[in-house]
Amino acid sequence: MLEIKNLHARVDGNEILEGISLTVKAGEIHAVMGPNGSGKSTLAKILSGHPSYEVADGQILFEKNNLLEMDAEERSLSGIFMGFQYPVEVPGVNNAEFLRMAFNARRVRDGEEEIDPLDFDELLSEKMKMLKMENKYKERNLNDGFSGGEKKKNEILQMAILKPKLAILDETDSGLDIDALRTVAEGVNSLRNEKNALILITHYQRLLDYIKPDFVHVLHKGKIVKSGDKALAIELESQGYDWVTTEN
Amino acid sequence: MNAETTAERNSVSDILENDTYKYGFTTDVESETFAKGLSEDVVRAISAKKKEPAFMLDFRLRAFAKWKTMKAPKWPNVRYPSIDFQNISYYSAPKKKKQLQSLDEVDPEVMRTFEKLGIPLDEQKKLANVAVDAVFDSVSVATTHKKKLMEAGIIFCPISEALAEYPELVEQYLGTVVPIGDNFYAALNSAVFTDGSFVYIPPDTISPMEISTYFRINTEETGQFERTLIICAENSYVSYLEGCTAPQFDTNQLHAAVVELITLENAEIKYSTVQNWYAGDKETGKGGVYNFVTKRGKCRGDNSKISWTQVETGSAITWKYPSCILQGDNTSGEFYSVALTNGYMQADTGTKMIHLGKNTRSSIISKGISADHSSNSYRGQVKVGKNATNARNYSQCDSMLVGGKSSAHTFPYIEAANRSVQIEHEASTSRISEEQLFYFESRGISRENAIEAVISGFCKEVFKQLPMEFAVEAQKLLTLKLENSVG
Repeated sequence: MLEIKNLHARVDGNEILEGISLTVKAGEIHAVMGPNGSGKSTLAKILSGHPSYEVADGQILFEKNNLLEMDAEERSLSGIFMGFQYPVEVPGVNNAEFLRMAFNARRVRDGEEEIDPLDFDELLSEKMKMLKMENKYKERNLNDGFSGGEKKKNEILQMAILKPKLAILDETDSGLDIDALRTVAEGVNSLRNEKNALILITHYQRLLDYIKPDFVHVLHKGKIVKSGDKALAIELESQGYDWVTTEN
Repeated sequence: MNAETTAERNSVSDILENDTYKYGFTTDVESETFAKGLSEDVVRAISAKKKEPAFMLDFRLRAFAKWKTMKAPKWPNVRYPSIDFQNISYYSAPKKKKQLQSLDEVDPEVMRTFEKLGIPLDEQKKLANVAVDAVFDSVSVATTHKKKLMEAGIIFCPISEALAEYPELVEQYLGTVVPIGDNFYAALNSAVFTDGSFVYIPPDTISPMEISTYFRINTEETGQFERTLIICAENSYVSYLEGCTAPQFDTNQLHAAVVELITLENAEIKYSTVQNWYAGDKETGKGGVYNFVTKRGKCRGDNSKISWTQVETGSAITWKYPSCILQGDNTSGEFYSVALTNGYMQADTGTKMIHLGKNTRSSIISKGISADHSSNSYRGQVKVGKNATNARNYSQCDSMLVGGKSSAHTFPYIEAANRSVQIEHEASTSRISEEQLFYFESRGISRENAIEAVISGFCKEVFKQLPMEFAVEAQKLLTLKLENSVG
């Protein structure tokens, strides 16, 4: 599904990623871990098509298409979803309306008619129930005044509505208390199937107790320094990042 | 699809098609234009040209005498070189051979101009539910749906025609809301105005359709000084729309209009404007219209209401404060405004709510959007007289900044001479950011739809006051103007 080959990337002229290669197949969950500043979020931003991040070298293929030639809108429409670490607040734009716009953008792309607002409301209610979100989040403006945890839940709600092929969740666990973490993880797990894939970007292995990864990669100074299975995450937790970063 | 709806659709889609100022064309018609310059003789010549009654010439001469003693206001938060009033022509009209009997006699070039603007005037294509008075440079060229309005007893005609046909009505009301010496530009207008629209709604009448005036400046270095007078008699209602565009010229054109609204007992006037005069070159700031306008309504009769809605998207400089004098008891005034500035535009706009009667209410909702190097100021006054017991005002002024070089300012003035009043004022400033737009795009929503969603969310309370087609058009217009400014 996703092939990253020798990816080099810069932000404001500083090289952040120095040759990343990663292959993600349908049905897989990959966890990308690493200390602060290792380049985890840069990788996520690049996959989502953020204009401030410059790819210096390398290739990214998504379902055999050159991802780097697609803008953020096209990437989203072709099935990539980015769960942001810090979702932006948009006052004045209703949360439910926003979700319906995003949902309809897909329908329009597929040559289908826009969804009936009442049908959409039903769909939305169902997904919100799954995430234990109160109805008032329909009325509120997009992330406006939401707490950190509410914003993260709202990201997963969007994911549930948009049903992406590949979701990249950037530090989704940060800002969540233990109950919310469980709800969010259950939500994410319920969306899994053999056709979609997940990249979890996280600092702590806590999230991985709830969403079990098939692969764990450790990023350090813009490179993947170690890959393994779930056991690697547990080892990291007990030994700390120094274990992998000093080894290299 | 019938012709009416086609015409409406065109005007919206046309706007979307072009990302530069689409109204920037000039029309090549033979026109009769006075030599540049202003003097008492010019004032007399305008009056003579229009064969006006004596009271009108007297009104003009008094205004001119007053104007000569006045100075251009310096208090607005705008910068521009002082205007040479001798370098402007005060009369320009498409040349016509005789008095027009029907629309067939209007210069076909002029008709085509309005059609290009999405305002078809000929009988087959005219807009179904809107009566239009088209003003080209200084002169009204065509008024549609006149007959249908006449049947309801409504007078809707060029003010020059009203002066000939209903001089007593004009004399009774003209200048009663905006006195000749009210301010520098109003005095100038009173001396030299050439045309505009006149509306009279008789008692107990709900206007069967929207009434609209469309202004077009065509000739370079011509001022447009139109005068609008709307009287809504007892228990009547009218909704009035105004649209404006101008060609692109490197020189600045002066537009100094005066609009007066009068409501008698239980009457209501709703006045909506979508202003899109040429704003000057976006990169250099050269050219554009100076829009110095005095708009004021007087709720004379008890329980009457005046509501202003404006969407200001054009002009190099905008200086206007549509206001309400709440004279009757239980009267109410409303002001809903969206003012967008981009490029090097400057806007100083707002309202005045003058509470004189008892239990008077006013509300002010102002949304300023400033992009690029522009400057956008809200200036509003709420004044409560000593007899205005239980007067109430609510004001909300929100500013949105787009990009890093624009500025937004708010100047509220409050004066209350009565202890029983309640006045509330709220203000906020926000920013439309690249991160917000990226968020939409990362969900598969186009940049254009994202801007539209953010702007329409911001302007929601104002847009919902506009008639449907106007609201859609206004929203598209704002989106179009901002698309290249975010970043």
